[in-house]
This record gives sequence, structure tokens and C-alpha cells, in this order.
Amino acid sequence: MEAAAAAAAAAAAAAAAGGGCGSGPPPLLLSEGEQQCYSELFARCAGAAGGGPGSGPPEAARVAPGTATAAAGPVADLFRASQLPAETLHQITELCGAKRVGYFGPTQFYIALKLIAAAQSGLPVRIESIKCELPLPRFMMSKNDGEIRFGNPAELHGTKVQIPYLTTEKNSFKRMDDEDKQQETQSPTMSPLASPPSSPPHYQRVPLSHGYSKLRSSAEQMHPAPYEARQPLVQPEGSSSGGPGTKPLRHQASLIRSFSVERELQDNSSYPDEPWRITEEQREYYVNQFRSLQPDPSSFISGSVAKNFFTKSKLSIPELSYIWELSDADCDGALTLPEFCAAFHLIVARKNGYPLPEGLPPTLQPEYLQAAFPKPKWDCQLFDSYSESLPANQQPRDLNRMEKTSVKDMADLPVPNQDVTSDDKQALKSTINEALPKDVSEDPATPKDSNSLKARPRSRSYSSTSIEEAMKRGEDPPTPPPRPQKTHSRASSLDLNKVFQPSVPATKSGLLPPPPALPPRPCPSQSEQVSEAELLPQLSRAPSQAAESSPAKKDVLYSQPPSKPIRRKFRPENQATENQEPSTAASGPASAATMKPHPTVQKQSSKQKKAIQTAIRKNKEANAVLARLNSELQQQLKEVHQERIALENQLEQLRPVTVL
Amino acid sequence: MAVCIAVIAKENYPLYIRSTPTENELKFHYMVHTSLDVVDEKISAMGKALVDQRELYLGLLYPTEDYKVYGYVTNSKVKFVMVVDSSNTALRDNEIRSMFRKLHNSYTDVMCNPFYNPGDRIQAFDNMVTSMMIQVC
Repeated sequence: MEAAAAAAAAAAAAAAAGGGCGSGPPPLLLSEGEQQCYSELFARCAGAAGGGPGSGPPEAARVAPGTATAAAGPVADLFRASQLPAETLHQITELCGAKRVGYFGPTQFYIALKLIAAAQSGLPVRIESIKCELPLPRFMMSKNDGEIRFGNPAELHGTKVQIPYLTTEKNSFKRMDDEDKQQETQSPTMSPLASPPSSPPHYQRVPLSHGYSKLRSSAEQMHPAPYEARQPLVQPEGSSSGGPGTKPLRHQASLIRSFSVERELQDNSSYPDEPWRITEEQREYYVNQFRSLQPDPSSFISGSVAKNFFTKSKLSIPELSYIWELSDADCDGALTLPEFCAAFHLIVARKNGYPLPEGLPPTLQPEYLQAAFPKPKWDCQLFDSYSESLPANQQPRDLNRMEKTSVKDMADLPVPNQDVTSDDKQALKSTINEALPKDVSEDPATPKDSNSLKARPRSRSYSSTSIEEAMKRGEDPPTPPPRPQKTHSRASSLDLNKVFQPSVPATKSGLLPPPPALPPRPCPSQSEQVSEAELLPQLSRAPSQAAESSPAKKDVLYSQPPSKPIRRKFRPENQATENQEPSTAASGPASAATMKPHPTVQKQSSKQKKAIQTAIRKNKEANAVLARLNSELQQQLKEVHQERIALENQLEQLRPVTVL
Repeated sequence: MAVCIAVIAKENYPLYIRSTPTENELKFHYMVHTSLDVVDEKISAMGKALVDQRELYLGLLYPTEDYKVYGYVTNSKVKFVMVVDSSNTALRDNEIRSMFRKLHNSYTDVMCNPFYNPGDRIQAFDNMVTSMMIQVC
């Protein structure tokens, strides 16, 4: 136990080096035994707020997901059990950084334990003291307190109890020490520890500080009562010293149990690298966000997409730049899924006040993330479900999608499809709700919010609202899925959609304004030509133009080899609208076959005349298409203007209020 | 090794400039500035037809009594200028080339960062540059 305590401090210091504590303690190395003991202690303290101590594993299970902080009460008791003077304890608390950050994360806890060991060895309470080899800190352990606390979790939900905690803390201090004055002046400093205690087991549902503080206060009141104690929590006064013999035994048993549970939950629990380890919920959330930007989980998010997305987190540009540097390990200007998760995690950590690390922590390395959270199956499943449900939609949407897939084929970047497919995704959400094991398809905002809440236990402890806001800000913009900015050199799928889905553009244009920038219209002539060419087959569906466009398309196809695959797909559409759906594969070879006789025929006839005629037709059609595009863009522009006016009105309304 | 490293943008304003002896920085800034003329001279001397074949490493731009100035130009006319101590005779051309290559790679990485606006001051070079510079006693 003692060895473990020292080990934990070293581990904590190592974690601090990882970036948890910032200017706090220097890096330490914990021995194995130290690490074990410290982690157990920490789990105990963290779990102390959770529930009955009798249920060790379930409790640890509750504790595990995102155990971020040790509840201040058990920690305080533990420290008092070390039988150091209160002044020393306060020094230690200060040094380990808990006061600065407002709670006892594993980092702080371990450092504190190491400092306690140092103090008990007679060394001055300094950061330097913990750099050397130390025996483990000794605690007069008793398992009573924990039991009491745990016994009343059910009753204790509710409001903040900062003041009651303060008073109880004061009382306990007085009991413990003769230095009343110091205690009284210093005990208020303990209350910050109380206010943001994060009871990991509660974090899924309840604002942590509240539940625990209540727990704490009632637990304190029950101090004098007899205890059944299995959790070896600290009981300061003489009552504990009465039973060191028996208690260490029980202590050992619970230690072993909690230790084993901790070991098996190590992957998920926040361990020494606590701020930089991604929990399951966080990971899911990040993957969802990734998918909202880029449907294919195995490809990248381009730099500009990621930039827009991360800018919404409202961090400063230099910080975002630094985070990008850290997370883009291969420096290719694009983020793969693990890189994206790392970047997102860093952003979240930064928003919660963690200083950015010097280098990418090992738990955020892409290889580590790939290994730790390989979810290809899940991703594929989701992806497949998306693609499966694609055919389930109505024909126009199918056509839409076909066009999109055709555009996909042409586009170099996978990125551009996200707006389109995400649009589909929203429409498909209802259909694939059941298919998905996760709540991705459901109302994206609220589950994601709750996920974010779950995923941020440490942050919740003292900045819950900011996290939610950050998450919401991070979420809201992604949820209006169509990101028209993601254009590619060829005709953007947006254009196609607008031309051929008269109903869809209405909705799409409604969704378009939220994204800040309108798509940079790609103006290279080739794209125009290509868009014309692509639109041609679409137009050809209109019966009036069917016949005309076929030779035109022929020529167009002939003259623009790169676009051939797409036109081949659409070729049969000329003949029959029913062929639209199977056009992709079957029509491909068919049209290829039909293509071949045509050039020969062309050659035989007067080339020039036909060429001119086809060119004229092409241009006319292009004109028509462009005119239509123009009108639709004008509509969009009007809508955007209206929105802008509405926003300005709102601003005006708000302004007088602030002036007053 | 290097005493001063500077990254100059295409429009000849500095994106990043750093020198090791913190005193007399102005002197190094001035040297870098004057070396830009030499760089332009070397670039234009190549001629338009040879733009593709122009080597990025320009070599020794000019020696002064205490220092030697080396230059390197990228294809986008971003110039790297390095000032080294003349007394450091052990420094060979290949080493200078490799240092420029490292600089170029770091510059590319900075460019890849979507949060970097081309034309801004570069903040990200420091770690790499300090490894190149030694503390001049």
C-alpha cells in the first residue's frame, strides 16, 4: 500500500508531464508497486462517491468510464489519515495542483500521495522532494467512511452543498488538529475541492458536484457512527487507529478486488495519462463527428473542412494551429480518423482548461488510437447501413445519389460528397435507426450532447456549461449537413442537385445558409464544360430534348474523355426514365458498346456539319442549364439576404438592451 | 552551426527570422536583407527557360569577414537564408544543404496546417530551428 502510494505519485507526475498539470509538478516515475497502490487509492477515492462499497466490481465499473477525479471528501480523509498536520496537507494540496485545477484528478492525486510520502519521510514539502525514491505514504486506514458515504447515494441528489461541506470539513479539521486557526483559515481552501467533485458513477446523469456534495455532507454527519467499512478510506481521528490490525486485512481484500477491477478496466478508465486518454463515449462522439464530416471512416478529412469544423470550437487560431501540428502526425494536410480523434480530444481538453502538451501524448498517437479503438466492424456496419438504405429511398433521391456517386467517381477528393451524403444521411436517419447500434442516426444534437456530457467527467467538474456549449457549438454546425463548400473541380454535386431535384433545392437552400461561406464556385472552363456535359444527360431525360441530346452527348462524350464514365451511366436515361436506376452498371458497358459504332458513323458522314450542329445544340443546352442555375442561385441569394436581414434585426434588438 | 535563419516570403518580407546571439540581432537582420539582392540576382541569372531546372540550393551568397551567408529558394519563391559563422570551418556544403532541406520540410509542414494563413508569421519553426543553432559563446 505504501509502496503503491509512492508509485502513484510518480505516475501522477508522469501524467503531469503528459500535460495534465501544466506548470505543476515535474515528471516522475513510479515503481510498479507504487503505481498499483496509488491507482487503487485513487479508484477508491473516486469510487467513494459512487455507491455501496459492497459491490466492488460494479462500483468500479461505474467508476471506470471516465473516472477522472477523486472525490474531494475521501481524498481529504485519506490525507488526514496520513496524520500529517493540516498545514502540510494544504501545502501538498496546493503543490499537487488540485487547488489550481479545482479537483483531484489522478495526476494531482498521485502527486499528492507522493508528497505525503515525502512529508512522512521528513522531507520538506516541495516538488523536488518527490523526485527521489520514497517509501510509500502511510495512512491510518479505515473503511468506515467510505461505507457511510456509499450508503446514502440514493438519497443524495440535489443541490450544491458547498457550505455544508465547508462546515463539515472544518469540523473534521478541528477534530484532527490543534491548530485551529490555521485550519479555519485553510479549510475554506478545501471547499473548492468539494465543489467540483466529479462522481464518475454519477456523471452519466447528474451534475457531479451536486450529487457528491450532498453525499459528502451526510456522510460527514455520520462519522461518529459505527462503520462496516470495506472501502479503506481514511478516517482521521483516533477511532481509526483503534483497528489498524483488522482493517488492513479488509483493506487488502478490497484493494485486491478494486485493483483487479481497475486493471481490467484500465483501457477505459482514465489512468495516469488521464487528460489525454480518450474514453469510449468520447471516442464514439468523435467518430460520429468525423462521420458527419466525412462518411467514409477510412478516408481523410481535408484541411479546409477540418479547419471550418474546429474553428467552431472558438479556440484561438494559434492554438488550433498548434493542435493541428500535434495531431496531424503525417503532416499531409488531412486528418484520418485517429488523427481527427486526437485533434478533437486536444481541443476538448484545451477548452476544459488543460494546457496543451509539448508533444502528442502517447495515448493520442494515431497508432495507439488505431489499436486501442479499432472499430472497423462498427464503422463498416454503419457505412453499409447507409449504403443499404440508399436504394430504399425514392427514385429522385436515387437519381440524386447516382449523380453524386458519379461525381464521386470523378472527384479526386472524397470530401466533396459529405455534404451530399450527409444530406442523405439525415433523410436516412429514420430508416436506419434500428439498424444502428449507436444513436448516430437519432436526433443528433441531444444524444451527442448527452454523450459529450458523459464523456467529460473531469471537465464537468468545474466547467460543465462551457463544455456543453462547446459541444453544442461543435455539434450544431455539423448537423446542418449539406456543406456546399466542398466543391471539386468538376461540376459540384450541388449544381446537379439543384438542376434536377426541384423539390430538394428548396430544402437544401434552407439548409445552406447556416454554413458560413457559400461554395467557391469553381470557374475553370473545364468544370463548366463538364457540368454542361453532365447536365446534358440529365436534361436529356426531358422528353423534348431526348433525341437531340443523344448525338450531342455522343460528341460530348467523345470530346471529353474524362467524363465518359458518367455520361455512360446516364446515357440510357435518354431512352427511358426507368433505366435511370440500373443505369450505372448495366448501362455502362451497353453505352460503351453503342458508343463505338457512333464514332465510325460520324467519320463517314460530314464531320464538320454535324460537329457544328452538335456544338450549337450543346451551347444552347448549356445556356439553358446556366440560365436555370442562375435563377436558382438568385433565389438562394434572396434567401440569404433575407436571413441576413433577419439576423441584423436581431442584432439591433439586442443592442439597445446592452446599451442600457 | 547556424547563427541566423530567416524565411522570406515571395514579396520579400520576413516570415520568420531568428538569430542565436540575441544581441546584435539587427546586424543579422540587415545581412539577411542585403542578401535578398544577391538571391534575386541568382534567380534572375538562371533565366526563365531554366526555371524548372533551377536548383533550389543557391549556395554561398556572399562571405563577410565574420559570417557566410547561404541561400535557398523554393519553387514558390520563398527564400531561406542562413547565416553561419565563418570560423566554423567544419561546416561543409552538404551539411548546409541538409539543413536547408530540413527547413524546407518544416516549411511544408507549416503550410499543410489549414490554420496557417499564407503570409502570416510562422510560429512553428522554433523547435526545429533551435536544434540547428548552437549557442554561440
